[in-house]
Amino acid sequence: MSGAPSIRDMFFEECEELLEALVEGLAGLEASGPDAAESLDTVNAVFRAVHSIKGGAGAFGLDALVDFAHTFETVLDKVRSGSLTADADLMRLFHRSGDQLANLVEAARDDVPANAEAAGAVLSELQKYLGDEDAEEDFVFEAMGLDLGESASVLTPDTFEISFVPKRALYENGHEPLLLFDALAELGTLEVTADTTGIPAFDGFDPTDAYLGWTLRLTTTESETLLHEIFEFVEALCTLDITKSSAAAPAPEPPGLIDLPDLGGLPDLTELPDTSALPDPDPIAAEAPAASAGKTHEKEVRGPKPTLRVDLDRVDRLINTVGELIINQAMISQRIEELDLPSVAHVTNELEAYKLLARDIQEGVMAIRAQPVKPLFQRMSRIVREASDATGKTARIVTQGDSTEVDKTVIERLADPMTHMVRNAVDHGLEAPDARIAAGKDPCGTIRLSAAHRSGSVFIEISDDGAGLNRERILATAIAKNLVPADAELTESEIDNLLFLPGFSTANAVSNLSGRGVGMDVVKNAVQALGGRVSISSQTGKGSTFSIVLPLTLAVLDGFVISVADQTMVIPIASILETVRPQARDLHRIGIDDQVISIRGNYVPVVDVAANLGIRRSGPAPCGILLLVATDPRGMSALRVDAIHDQRQVVIKSLESNYGRIPGVSAATILGDGKIALILDPEELVNLNMGAQPSAGLPPPVQKELRHVDGT
Amino acid sequence: MSTALDPTETEDTPPSAIFEFVTFSAGGQSYCLEITQIREIRRWTTVTALPHTPDDVLGVMNLRGAVIPIFDLAARFGLGQTPTNERNVVIVAAAEGNTIGLLVESVSEILSVDTAEIQPTPDIKSEATRSSIQGVISSGETMIRVINLTAVLDQPAGVAA
Repeated sequence: MSGAPSIRDMFFEECEELLEALVEGLAGLEASGPDAAESLDTVNAVFRAVHSIKGGAGAFGLDALVDFAHTFETVLDKVRSGSLTADADLMRLFHRSGDQLANLVEAARDDVPANAEAAGAVLSELQKYLGDEDAEEDFVFEAMGLDLGESASVLTPDTFEISFVPKRALYENGHEPLLLFDALAELGTLEVTADTTGIPAFDGFDPTDAYLGWTLRLTTTESETLLHEIFEFVEALCTLDITKSSAAAPAPEPPGLIDLPDLGGLPDLTELPDTSALPDPDPIAAEAPAASAGKTHEKEVRGPKPTLRVDLDRVDRLINTVGELIINQAMISQRIEELDLPSVAHVTNELEAYKLLARDIQEGVMAIRAQPVKPLFQRMSRIVREASDATGKTARIVTQGDSTEVDKTVIERLADPMTHMVRNAVDHGLEAPDARIAAGKDPCGTIRLSAAHRSGSVFIEISDDGAGLNRERILATAIAKNLVPADAELTESEIDNLLFLPGFSTANAVSNLSGRGVGMDVVKNAVQALGGRVSISSQTGKGSTFSIVLPLTLAVLDGFVISVADQTMVIPIASILETVRPQARDLHRIGIDDQVISIRGNYVPVVDVAANLGIRRSGPAPCGILLLVATDPRGMSALRVDAIHDQRQVVIKSLESNYGRIPGVSAATILGDGKIALILDPEELVNLNMGAQPSAGLPPPVQKELRHVDGT
Repeated sequence: MSTALDPTETEDTPPSAIFEFVTFSAGGQSYCLEITQIREIRRWTTVTALPHTPDDVLGVMNLRGAVIPIFDLAARFGLGQTPTNERNVVIVAAAEGNTIGLLVESVSEILSVDTAEIQPTPDIKSEATRSSIQGVISSGETMIRVINLTAVLDQPAGVAA
């Protein structure tokens, strides 16, 4: 990790993971029900997450966070000890507490004051579950034993005999016995004896194995619970035996006493586990705390998968360099082709191998950036809770395909649009409970989030089982806002897509939740900026579904290499439905210089790419090839290009970083000859056409007006 | 990033910091850029034109994997397009994290100048020109204009695009 992030940063990173584990645990608890056998494990996991956050927060003096976590933890502990049952009410409170905890963590991280009112409300509800004595107990962090009550009373020093024999996995997980001993030494007087009898002869020595055992004698006033806490995270990774010796007699000097720091030297060798275990693209960081936390009995070690935290910059640098490698490979291929070698030349085979290797490396590197959508979905479940609280509706969230992996940037940039859509789904999509009952539905609405990979794209769907879109109202609103002419005849899907027009606000009355003037057009823009598409389908009375289709990665795309008026360009294959070599009889003129082509009975407008990009041709326009592209909100357009040369994967290079946005162009790429080719954005290209239309002095038909609004 | 010198400041600060400038000509006039802003100087090669851009944006070129825009400096200063000539060079410069290329007619020399010798830009009419030139150096017979790279980049071309 470059520039060693501060411990504080690491704490907050860990907090994120812990919060994820917390949410997951709560969801698991809800799913299994309070009485299920495994629920104790789950409660423990949740408890541990809260406890760890509290511990860290204490170290950084984040008092608000500590106080809240403490109360939360105390209530959880009651559930754990069986004196409270996690019924539906308590579960809801737990969820809210989890949200609140996340808020506090965020507030602490950004160093802004937290919403004390909200925290106070949840806090006081939590305190209702505590007896008086718990509620008034001051929140001293050290006093938090795993068992309540036992700790405070003991004041006379006890001596504990601790036998600690680490297993190999302890080192593999990067634990360091010395640190544990240091922690113990802080509690009282510690004597350490190493048992070196297990060390084999030098030739049989495996530096990654664990050979040492230790016997520790600790004289302390602290409780045994605290001792267990120190070993909390390694308990499953070692053989641990803590016994309380009756007398506080001073321990005899053990014969084989070894200087502590030396002990640390040996395990150090093992700190980096076998590298073959590392490059697992699954970022299982989220599961790690849960896995390590969920133990009550000593199980056979199934420690967390080893992960590696890496500075994102490093990964991005690597990705860039690999991009260069791909370009370089393409250049070499081209150069060698130009040499016109005999076809049997070995170099061709080697070149092919090089190409495959480069692709492999690229895929591997991309996988580093891929992350499961789970955290995003978990955030959405929080949004659903907040939104249903605010609107007085009841809603549950069902997620599918949590483990679907998407590029990290996509996840980050999807958070806002998703939040908006989920809020909308609860606020506008779902009916009020009584309306639902009247319609014969479960009063509790369902918001369904799903993610899946399909043919090189990521599909994300947000659906509700509400009333469906009210098309009459949408059309009326659009007419009232002058977005469509009053006499417009639109199909159902055209009406649905009106939602995406800028300046379209859905609700009649602006509720305090959605409808803050941010329309679905913002969602659409955000998704489009990621190279994706969003669409709606809705069934009256059954609900609506918003589908987002995104490219797997933002770094490469599959494209056609085309030429337009002597310039080489790339157009994403994903957006092309069909290519057509037009016959003269299929082309029809409309107006002064508009053309349409009839495709199986439908008339599709022809868009001349060169003209729309403002490129002047030197000669007459060739007949060219038409690329049919889907253009939301309304069907198809045919892009006229001069020729298609090739289909290939190209590395996306941003134009914006050094220059700025250019309408109709999404990015650039570097071709095999080292030349830059522009990557076209078909939809924007078509809209450019529409934007230019009114100046032609023709009264634009309905659809064009629509698109014009959309494109400007 | 070298935020070059500001001539107004150099007047009261203790004098004589020596700066090196690369001088070149564009549109028949002499200009210079502080040497630390210049990454490299390349021969002119054809660029990929960008649609919907003003005349002074020639296009983009591939600089070892980075896509950088190339501006015609003469056109930028309203001196007309630089005629094609094999002596033309592209000065690759960096400012505010952007890397850009400037097409100029030719590069002349490297000039060591004491900051005290840089005179403030004379009070000329064109606001745009005044802000793009942060001072002038007189060298023999000629007046060399010191380009304020940041201002040049912020000028309309980007907006007009």
